[in-house]
Amino acid sequence: MKSTVRDVGNVRVIALEGKITIGAGDVQMRSLVESALADGRTKILLDLKGVSHIDSSGIGEMVGCYTTVARRGGSMKLLNLPPKINDILQVTQLITVFDVFDNEAEALSSFSS
Amino acid sequence: MALQSRYENIELAEHMLLELGRECRIEEETLYWIGMALREALANAIKHGNKLSAAKRVFVEICAEPGSEVSIRVEDEGEGFDPSQLEDPTSPRNLLRSSGRGVFYMRSFMDEVRFLPGERGGTRIELVKRLHAGRD
Repeated sequence: MKSTVRDVGNVRVIALEGKITIGAGDVQMRSLVESALADGRTKILLDLKGVSHIDSSGIGEMVGCYTTVARRGGSMKLLNLPPKINDILQVTQLITVFDVFDNEAEALSSFSS
Repeated sequence: MALQSRYENIELAEHMLLELGRECRIEEETLYWIGMALREALANAIKHGNKLSAAKRVFVEICAEPGSEVSIRVEDEGEGFDPSQLEDPTSPRNLLRSSGRGVFYMRSFMDEVRFLPGERGGTRIELVKRLHAGRD
């Protein structure tokens, strides 16, 4: 899995690309979120536009990251869900948990509302 | 094929499924979801069955019958597994759990999912996807 990280205002935008799967992408995603928290960034936007696969471990890590960030008083939201990743979030009913956006500007502004 | 209990081998098995599926002209969309189920079966066997032991292997059989079905068998050398103990990961009390969705994935993406005692003492997972049925 590849990733790019940037800060927009006080929001950490983490763009992921490839597979978020057991033993590789799942651990990397967790590490990126923990780094954000270590940097004092508690508003996190995960851009999933380039993600091709997310297995149950990847979904589990995503949920774990979501609850970790929430416990720190922050929030983690999702941006640009590819259709198959959206299907998986629908099937697992996690679509009801995450705030999901398809427009970055709207996603960023939602953190301040 | 027999694979060592390493997560990297999930990629190898999925690659073989995709090669076979394309030879049999199975739709990419269908292959994608079968691949996801295969990944979960292998992850289950490597992590929960063989507990990542380098001394234990995972045995995989993939059979594609064009126009009929794709069937997959994944067997580990672990100590067996009781799927009746699994909770529903979509129930509100489990929704925020960070694990427990692997079997749910398999059941969501395949038409049949069976857990049987393996010949080597572990668990054998049998997956069947009927072609031109269900999701595709």
